[in-house]
Parts: sequence; structure tokens; C-alpha cells
Amino acid sequence: MSSQLSIQGVSRVFTSPKGQKTQALTPVDFEVRENDFVTILGPSGCGKSTLLRIVAGLDQPSTGQVLLDGAPVQGPGADRGMVFQSYTLFPWLTIEQNIRFGLRERGMPEREQKERTDDFIAKVGLRGFEQHFPKQLSGGMQQRTAIARALANDPKILLLDEPFGALDNQTRVLMQELLLGIWESAQKTVLFVTHDIDEAIFMANRVAVFSARPGRIKTELAVDFPHPRHYTIKTSPEFMDLKARLTEEIRAEAMAADAH
Amino acid sequence: MTTAHPTSAQPNAVRPRRRALAPLEPVRAQSRWLLGIGFFILFVAVWAFFTLGGYVSPTFLASPVTMVQEAVLLFTEFNFIHDIGMTIWRVLAGFILATLIAVPLGIAMGAHKGVEAFLEPFVSFCRYLPASAFIPLLILWAGIGELQKVLVIFIGSVFQIVLMVAVSVGAARRDLVEAAYTLGANPAGIVKRVLIPGAAPEIAEILRLVLGWAWTYVIVAELIGSSSGIGHMITDSQALLNTGQIIFGIIVIGLIGLVSDFAFKALNRRLFAWSSL
Repeated sequence: MSSQLSIQGVSRVFTSPKGQKTQALTPVDFEVRENDFVTILGPSGCGKSTLLRIVAGLDQPSTGQVLLDGAPVQGPGADRGMVFQSYTLFPWLTIEQNIRFGLRERGMPEREQKERTDDFIAKVGLRGFEQHFPKQLSGGMQQRTAIARALANDPKILLLDEPFGALDNQTRVLMQELLLGIWESAQKTVLFVTHDIDEAIFMANRVAVFSARPGRIKTELAVDFPHPRHYTIKTSPEFMDLKARLTEEIRAEAMAADAH
Repeated sequence: MTTAHPTSAQPNAVRPRRRALAPLEPVRAQSRWLLGIGFFILFVAVWAFFTLGGYVSPTFLASPVTMVQEAVLLFTEFNFIHDIGMTIWRVLAGFILATLIAVPLGIAMGAHKGVEAFLEPFVSFCRYLPASAFIPLLILWAGIGELQKVLVIFIGSVFQIVLMVAVSVGAARRDLVEAAYTLGANPAGIVKRVLIPGAAPEIAEILRLVLGWAWTYVIVAELIGSSSGIGHMITDSQALLNTGQIIFGIIVIGLIGLVSDFAFKALNRRLFAWSSL
């Protein structure tokens, strides 16, 4: 199996202005195959977002390197789309213009931009809201736009940093189904960071459990539920088993983190 | 269940008591206007009481009636409209010149920390140099013509705009910049399509603020070595002890300032509707 994303010995040490060093990540090795949906699960502050930011090119590793299709990542680029936990739509652009942002930046012909944008607006169910400004939309709708904006750019890999973390539970579940539906119909490599165990299992082919800081990958777990997945699998015995296992793993880490 | 809704449209429903004196309680638009105009009326009434009632010597303070008579004279006999035009022209010329230079410079400083490190200390120093103190020097350099007046306003505005624009551009949301990078934007695209549009409403507010200050500089510039303008009229009237004209001149400046401020505000709201959502 060829891997599309290869994380090789990536570690990160933060240095405070006073010279104090904090190890956020111990060297991590990790491979993601094409069209994999991998969730990275861990307690807050474990360095999982740091790893994602390094993959995105928004942060530099202290050691090691990240390869995408064999080429080292040297900075942020359109081949790695990202959805953030905070609402990062450009408030001065309409929903439609937000989704177009990357296409326009790339100099895509106007007509093609419009077609792609319309297509993704439909996919995330935002027909009729094209001319709204982000602040006029709910949090869930804003994150849907952010997903559409990242996907419209057709990245090789989609990075999501707790994208539904700020949403209420009902909206969060609907968003999980929406994203999973999009992934099922249009195959895409996805790296999804979360601290929510249900979310990590429901979405993924593979769950990587992070240890408490300094972060490293503690366990990897395959999730073999067939696709398309329906939310009812969340109450199935198999799901419960996985959840019980991961709960134990995470609990140990959360306690370790708390003890620091 | 209808009993649980005291605020619904029943005829004898209990209206929540209005707490006009409670802090942060909003005021209705109509009351707002009435209150605002009310103070102007009160002000003129007090003024009229002391001057018309004979409590203040007319040599020192003209009554509202005298002021209105003098105002009519100014327009009919002394071509005051020309003075107003000159003053407005000077303010706009100096202000627009300052804007054209200061806004791009401020954006460059806000966006690029190296440019900021290079220019910020000098500009910070310059902003505390009082524009009026430059007048003697400017007269020496540029004479007492129009250029000198325009330069006073320019000096008074340009450094302020540069610094405030730099701060507002530099305070751009980092997460939006990062999002733009992951969407494939290059550094030039970040400045053009994230930093500038993000700071635009604040830049417009900065310009509105500085335009207000420019009105005060112009009068100072016109008080010295000038043959036209509202400030010149005021110095002339002072020599003749015509307080009615002086007061009218001041009021005209206030009115022009108020109108330009309203126009600027309305324009900003229109241009940047998104920022007030």
C-alpha cells in the first residue's frame, strides 16, 4: 500500500520568550494512505493540533519532515485544505465569494469558478444563502461553508482541526453525517483531529490515539464499519466495544495530562 | 396555556415597565433625536438669556439675534461663501494628499514588520510635533499662499493616519491569514485580499476621525498670514470686536464638520455593510 502522506520523525519544541522549552510533540511517525479517513483522538493540549498545523505547513517541525506524495512540505499550500475550529470565513465576503476564494487566487476562469462554487454550495446544502455574509449564518452553516471552501479547491488532503468543536451536539451530529456523506461520494484523504470519541469512531477508517503531552501516537485502531454509515451504528454493540476501549485509553491520558 | 404570557397581545397584558434610567438601556430613535436637538435649544436659550437680558456686555458676547444679523451681512456684503469655499478646499486638498501618502505607507508598515521597525519610531516622533508650530517654518518655505495652508493640514494628518492604519492592518486576525494561506494565497494575495479588506472599515473610520482634526488645523493655518477663509474672517472680526461674526464663523465650522462627519459615516456604512452586521 502506497502512502500519500508520510509523517517522519516529526517533533516540535516550543521555546518561550524566556528561553523555557516545552516539548509539544515527541517524534511521530505516521502514514496516511490515499482516500483514508483518519481521526486523531487525544485529550486537549496533547499536541494533536500542532501535528496537524505542521502537516498544513502553518508550523515548522523541530525535527523530521512531512512528505506529501513524496515531496517535502515546506509551507502552506492549496494541496492541503484546512478547516479550523474557529470560524475563519472572511467576514467581508459573501458565502459564495468565500467558497470562490481559492479558485480566484489560482486564476481559474470565471465560468469554471462559478460552476464549482455552485456545485459545492449545493453539496453542503447552502442554496439560497449564497449572497449572505458569514455573520448572518449559524455556526453550523459557517462550518459547512468552510468545508465547501476547502473542498472546492480540490486539495489532495483535507485537514480538519476540531471543526465541529464549537457546535451544539445536534448540529455536530448532522455535520458529521454531512462530511461523511461527502467523503463517501467523492473520495478524499482526510486527517481529522478531535477529542470526541464518538466522532472519532463514527467518521474514521482508522483512529490514532494521542498520548498526553508531550504528544505521541499511542495506539492505532482500524474501524471497519461498512459505508455508507448511518448514525444508528453509534448504538451498535461493535461501536460500543470500540468506544469502551478508546474511552479507557483516553481516560488514562487525560489523567496523565491532569497530573502535570 | 395563555396565562403564562404576560407580554403577549392581550388587551390588559402587563407591559414591562420601561426603565429609562437603567444603565445601558437603549433609547428609541425618536427620543434620541429629540434629546439631541433639545440640548442645542437649551444652549441657545441660555446664551440668549444672558446676552439679551443684559447680563453680559455686548462688546464681549453678541446675542443670538445680533449674530444672525451679522451672518446675513457676511453673506450679502462680504462674500462669506467664498471664504467657506476656500476653507473647504484647503482641508480637502491637505487631507486627500495626506491620505494618498499615509494609507499605503500605513498598510506597508502594518503588513511588513521590517518596514514597521524602520519607520515606526520616526513617525511616532513626528506625530507629536504640533502642526501649528510648523506654520512659521512653512511660511518661510512656502510663503503665505495656498501651499502653506495645505501643508499645515498635511503635516497635521499624515503621521496620525500612518500610525493608526499600521496598527489596524497589523491587528489582522491571524486565523484568517492562515486560512488564506491554506487556500493557496501567496504573500501579495494575503495583503491584497485579507489584510486590506479586513482593515478597510477601520481605515475608513480613521480617516473620518482625522478629517475632524483637519478642520481644527485649517483654522489655525488661516489665523496667520491669510487673506481668505473662515479663519481669516475670524481674525478680521476680532480686530473690529465683532463677536457676532466670530461666533457665526465658529458655528459654520462646526456645521461643516458635522455634515462631513455624517456623510463620511453614511458612506462607511454603505461601503462596509458587513462590518456592522
